[in-house]
Amino acid sequence: MSAAVTTAREVTEAVNASVATGRSRDRGLASLVFLGALWFSLFFGVMVLVVLILDTVITGAPRFDGALITDYSSRVHPESTGFRAGILGSLWLMLFTALFAVPLGIAAALYLEEFSDSNRWWNRLIELNLQNLAAVPAIVYGLLAVAVMAAMGFQRTGIVLGGAIALALLILPVIIITTREAVRAVPQEIRQGSLALGATVWQTTWRQTLPSAVPGIATGTILGLSRAIGEAAPLIIVGLATGVRFDPEGLLSEITALPMQIFSLTSQSKEEFQVAASAAIVVLLVMILGLNALAIFIRNKFQRSW
Amino acid sequence: MSTISTGAGPSSGTGLPGVPNLGRRRRPVESVIKAVLFCAALLSVLVTVGIIAALIKPVIDFFREVPFGDFFTTEGPYAVLPLVAGTAMTTVIALVVAVPLGLGAAMYLSEYASRRARKVLKPTVELLAGVPSVVYGFFALTFVTPTLLQDLLNLDVGFTNALAAGLVLGVMIVPTVASLSEDALSAVPQSLRQGSLAMGANRMQTTLRVVLPAALSGVAAAVVLGMSRAVGETMIVALAAGAQRNLSWDPRDGMQTMTGFMATTAGGENPVGSTSYNTLFAVGMLLFVITFVINMISIALVRRFRQVY
Repeated sequence: MSAAVTTAREVTEAVNASVATGRSRDRGLASLVFLGALWFSLFFGVMVLVVLILDTVITGAPRFDGALITDYSSRVHPESTGFRAGILGSLWLMLFTALFAVPLGIAAALYLEEFSDSNRWWNRLIELNLQNLAAVPAIVYGLLAVAVMAAMGFQRTGIVLGGAIALALLILPVIIITTREAVRAVPQEIRQGSLALGATVWQTTWRQTLPSAVPGIATGTILGLSRAIGEAAPLIIVGLATGVRFDPEGLLSEITALPMQIFSLTSQSKEEFQVAASAAIVVLLVMILGLNALAIFIRNKFQRSW
Repeated sequence: MSTISTGAGPSSGTGLPGVPNLGRRRRPVESVIKAVLFCAALLSVLVTVGIIAALIKPVIDFFREVPFGDFFTTEGPYAVLPLVAGTAMTTVIALVVAVPLGLGAAMYLSEYASRRARKVLKPTVELLAGVPSVVYGFFALTFVTPTLLQDLLNLDVGFTNALAAGLVLGVMIVPTVASLSEDALSAVPQSLRQGSLAMGANRMQTTLRVVLPAALSGVAAAVVLGMSRAVGETMIVALAAGAQRNLSWDPRDGMQTMTGFMATTAGGENPVGSTSYNTLFAVGMLLFVITFVINMISIALVRRFRQVY
């Protein structure tokens, strides 16, 4: 609460300055307190984020060494345990998740935006369903992936295929929704121009609309993948182990993932494991922030204004 | 090509149709492509059907062995109500954190921030949603409980407790609430604000008494969606809330939630097909049904606020 008051005071001064210029109507005390509260709620989250990152980096600092990324995990020597298997596993999972989810997601989005008649009941059902799927708990997708694997006849758990199916299903709605927004942002005139020259709907979509929407699609896809890389809940259900000590070799190879390793280390009480977990979190956050930065870069670099 | 243009001629009274009569000529390749794309879209429905199908068989197996009464009860190895109570507790704490903060951020972004400020601030708030939940769980366990709750606030909390889990869960869903509320607030027509300001109201009065009520169903949808996220979130509660089933109303106690139970059971030593393994699916089904209902409420509310203007 005291933080809110101090923020309010700072804001009071800042706003008083703008009152003098006559730009603001926020004169009463209530208004200023209200504005201060709004400022506080905006910056609270950012504050938490800063504390979280600082706390993790400080705790994990002793472990920023080469062994962190080149060695396998070790229960016997927690002070030199590494995350090679987890990092490689996460990258492999991401690759196959993208391979499964991206073509499907783009195809579904193109159908919904360019081909479907939104008055038909089945198209409306698909819409409603997508909105709902985007909010289904991640852990439920784990159960679904287990069932899909069983239906395909795979008895072994904890392999690349199962994890990738779970994550692909998880981010499919995200990719569809962002792709639709990117496609919708392409001006109607481009489609009309193409159609007027005699192109068919598919030719228009494939040669005009889709290329124009690629930056938006790429941004959405990368953000979806950065969500997938941090997800652990469905992977637990799919049965990923945490003590894997070899590199992934194929779709049927057993793997682990970085969030899984962090989860299992966190449940250990020994101090060295906590330090290792902090260091692993820093690695994971760097991967995710890197992906986010890439998404922002693509958006800024290739975004067209029509 | 030319047959179409001469055949169609100037369109008669249909205005500007997006696709002028392309359906008249048969295009086999086009139809195949459309069918393929339709199948991709249909997959989303199949995923839902798949989830239900995946859950049903183990759930039936489960209820064949465990009577209904042993599941929806407070005591016993298969009792689910303590898990529901734990979920309710962490969700309520999360909403107490996320609703004021998310709504405050949304009001600032839509009513006070300049266009340029909004462009920077909105993605910054959304960064919070990009942090993996396992990281939040670790943060709750290693910072919020020992440092914030025990040392700074001097609370008598256990190593795992519902309070820390709920607080961090709340921070995590702030962007969900803020983002959707901001959409709803921004959708309120400018004329309402101008009318209010012209009557001599200041910005706070306009925001609280005109814009907020006008956007209420959208804001409600945001809160409901945030609630759905909190109910379904797994890693934070699995780590920070604890693994003991506890039907208590004291947030300082450790409690197990539905998702926390699922994570523990799946990660433990339960042979596939056993009753204890099937509990996973029974709880998963309950979780899916609960979040499904909540999501539908949220979607219906969004529909309503879109139609008002």
